[in-house]
Amino acid sequence: MQGSFTGLQTGIGQPLGILDGIPIAVKDNFNTAGIETTCASNMLKGYISPYNATVVQKLLDHGAVLLGKTNLDEFAMGSGSTDGVFGPVRNPWSYSKQYKEKSVPKSHSEEESDWVITGGSSGGSAAAVSSFTCFAALGSDTGGSTRNPAAHCGVVGLKPTYGLISRHGLIPLVNSMDVPGILTRCVDDAAVLLGSLAGHDPKDSTTIQDDFKPFELPNLTDVSKLSIGIPKEYHAPGLSSEILALWSKAADLFKNAGAKVVEVSLPHTRYSIVCYHVLCTAEVASNMARFDGLEYGHRSDMKDSTESMYAATRREGFNDVVRGRILSGNYFLLKQNYEKYFVKAQKVRRLIANDFVKVFRSGVDVLLTPTTLSDAAPYTEFIQEDNRTRSAQDDILTQAANMAGLPAINVPTALSERGLPVGLQFIGRSFQEKQLLTVAKWFEKQVQFPVIELEEVKRHDNGVFQHQKSASFS
Amino acid sequence: MTFFFAYSEQYHIVPIASLLHLAPWIPVVGLEIHAQISSNSKLFSGSQVQFAAPPNSLVSFFDASLPGTLPVLNRRCVEAAVMTGLALNCSINKKSLFDRKHYFYADLPAGYQITQQRVPIAVNGSLSYSLCIDNKMSQMVTKTVRIKQIQLEQDSGKSLHDDTRCQTLVDLNRAGVGLMEVVMEPDMCCGEEAAAAVRELQLILQTLGSSQAVMAEGQLRVDANVSVHHPGEPYGVRTEVKNINSIRFLAKAVDYEIQRQIEELENGGTILNETRAFDSKLGCTVPMRDKEGKQDYRFMPEPNLPPLILYDTKSLPANMNHQQVINIDWIQERLPDLPSVKREKLVEQYGILPEHSFTLLNEDGLAEFFESVVKQTQMKPKKVIGWILNDLLSYLKQHSLTVKESPVSSILLADLLNLLEKKEISSTAAKRVLAELWKGEGKTPLEIVKEQKLELLQDQKELEQICQAVMAIKAGNRKVLNKLIGLVQRKTQGRSNPVLVKQLLEKKLSE
Repeated sequence: MQGSFTGLQTGIGQPLGILDGIPIAVKDNFNTAGIETTCASNMLKGYISPYNATVVQKLLDHGAVLLGKTNLDEFAMGSGSTDGVFGPVRNPWSYSKQYKEKSVPKSHSEEESDWVITGGSSGGSAAAVSSFTCFAALGSDTGGSTRNPAAHCGVVGLKPTYGLISRHGLIPLVNSMDVPGILTRCVDDAAVLLGSLAGHDPKDSTTIQDDFKPFELPNLTDVSKLSIGIPKEYHAPGLSSEILALWSKAADLFKNAGAKVVEVSLPHTRYSIVCYHVLCTAEVASNMARFDGLEYGHRSDMKDSTESMYAATRREGFNDVVRGRILSGNYFLLKQNYEKYFVKAQKVRRLIANDFVKVFRSGVDVLLTPTTLSDAAPYTEFIQEDNRTRSAQDDILTQAANMAGLPAINVPTALSERGLPVGLQFIGRSFQEKQLLTVAKWFEKQVQFPVIELEEVKRHDNGVFQHQKSASFS
Repeated sequence: MTFFFAYSEQYHIVPIASLLHLAPWIPVVGLEIHAQISSNSKLFSGSQVQFAAPPNSLVSFFDASLPGTLPVLNRRCVEAAVMTGLALNCSINKKSLFDRKHYFYADLPAGYQITQQRVPIAVNGSLSYSLCIDNKMSQMVTKTVRIKQIQLEQDSGKSLHDDTRCQTLVDLNRAGVGLMEVVMEPDMCCGEEAAAAVRELQLILQTLGSSQAVMAEGQLRVDANVSVHHPGEPYGVRTEVKNINSIRFLAKAVDYEIQRQIEELENGGTILNETRAFDSKLGCTVPMRDKEGKQDYRFMPEPNLPPLILYDTKSLPANMNHQQVINIDWIQERLPDLPSVKREKLVEQYGILPEHSFTLLNEDGLAEFFESVVKQTQMKPKKVIGWILNDLLSYLKQHSLTVKESPVSSILLADLLNLLEKKEISSTAAKRVLAELWKGEGKTPLEIVKEQKLELLQDQKELEQICQAVMAIKAGNRKVLNKLIGLVQRKTQGRSNPVLVKQLLEKKLSE
């Protein structure tokens, strides 16, 4: 734990801010001064940043206690939190009473390999919030990296509008899509964190010019003025029947409460995966160029020449996923390919974003979609497919919001037949976080998502758990 | 290149190639000039900009490309580029973009340079410059070179190779300093033209204050693209000459490269599209070890910087915070007089020769010095210019001093010229006083005149006596008159009024 003191601890007698004394975890791709920042990569193992990311600084300024840094896929490239140098993140729900009860009794060794993934890449942050390790956590979201693990771990995951929260100090994946994400146990908490983090940052030229006014969420009683859009393209191949059913149930919920529910079309969304692949790898190739072993990070012992040192450093420092993306990104950026791939992908991105503009212009307030295709896969099953295939599948429902820069939130909705969390996603208008969160809060209240029951933890550390539980849910 | 023979070998062997030699070669020279922007801080970070600071003492987290850092555009650098663009008659792009140019090099920590490849801040300008024909100052011609574009970009750090210990040392002080890359179209045809164009650009930058443009300190770096071709034929294969660190060397490098290419082609060789370095010691260009053959820079839009939007008075949004916007018209209105205008004004106002106006502007502060002297003396500017260009300038050159370092201030020089103008001293005496003034002992010209008894002798009786004495020694014909005057001068330590002496002597001789 970091040696920061809260206002109450320092004897000031007054809270430093709204987060005074609140334990918060931070994904390990945000810079933290004096504390290792690794991106779960050999390249940055042992790297101690001299500065705090703007969001980390804001948390500390508001009195939050930095509880720890959380695991992720190497450089946030992945959708399982299984591809980091420190190993995979286990989903706390793997050890819940709810999951155990539903799974067929197995031998101990089988049971051991039965644990499910968190989703990713902010899996560590989602697991930390889901397991009551901390109150809230920061993730990052480039193609769904906050919402996907939030869905799998049964927590709220908010991806704010691009430009609303500073990226300064977030080690980039795709600069034009990265957004710091917020993981909490309820929508109100997400609003509180958003209020502490959002607004202009002179160190990030892509942030909004204006200051952000924090808000409290109203308790919506009447949804009759709302128009909820159901984009038909999100009925994607591979969507589990369970989630499909849950999705229509949620739509009915709004309809029955008097809201207008309309089917809408986002025709270009189906190109988003391939488009994302080009744009993402291109920026990755560029962003990763700085890791050459000279100024910081891993440096190979290879001393034949500067070039051979670069090559060895990067081979040793990056995993296959990162190296693969660098390779394809550089290919797309070659002079002969640039127009054919990169420029075309940018045009498609514009089309995807325009789809949303049109839908919102037609009077839709918020879009309702599934967050993931299914509930969390067991680790052993998940790693049967390579990272690229997995990311392409898993990002399919979340990525378009990043392409368009729109705010989106995962709200835990129900447990699957296997006793694992399933969430739904709301996508809102640009910078209309208040509206988005208000709707999400209403929905959260309706669905009454169950609390995780951690049997193992209960057995070992009953007292602490009870205390936390009462603190959070009284 | 193969030789084709016009006649069979037993007759006259005249290769066509040599017949072609009769057709003249046309050299084509284009320039890429990097001017370091004069600003307190770097283009995208708050680090200070300073020449010769201790290594790696001016490096921010961004300059060292620490993960997670982002660029923040420096307003001053944008203004400097706009000023320069306007001074070079460019159209300023109201919206320009930043791009990443990728290559691995030890002094480029991010692995890419942020530059303006697609839409630069200024385009389509021109620069007029003058040069003298056959080195005669009185025969000047004015030429124009088109400016393709001006782009804002980051400077790289510096690599120092220690060959004995087999290591490279990297200094990032320069990494991220703002540069303006000025691209001149291939409108020049010799070293002298290239040198004159760069010199004029340098003066403009210094006048604007957008760059200190001192080549020796690397604030102005010139790469020359050189090719040769025959009239009516397409441009030849060009080479890029780098490592040119003075204007004199630029002329030499370009001329050498033109000559080398002509000789190469005439000897049946070919020109490679390569980068060559100018070796100032050997006075020639040599192929540079290319970093890794042909580079693909994999350009990509810089995603962390929004488009750079500039306004003019018409497009300026009413409720915009003025701190946050740059108004092109506002900058245009405040542009100082450019060197060409200053020269015209000097010629017009003081009646000096055009070539003198060039000399005046060629030294930093000399025109101001001249004007200041003119203001403080009754002497005609046309006469003052001689003292400035012959006496002051040659003294400064001899002692490698700048105008600002001159031990003789404009006030002192004006005082001296006033004494001369009021005929209180002769011009010979004035030069002696000036020689005394150079010592910088803090004496005024008048004090020196008095101390050394250099006043012009006006007393007729005294002069008559001297002349009598001279006459006594030498009586004779009118041809020795000048010698006599010289004698009188020697006798009077140059203090006698030569006109008066001449009159007296003539009178004596006619007696």
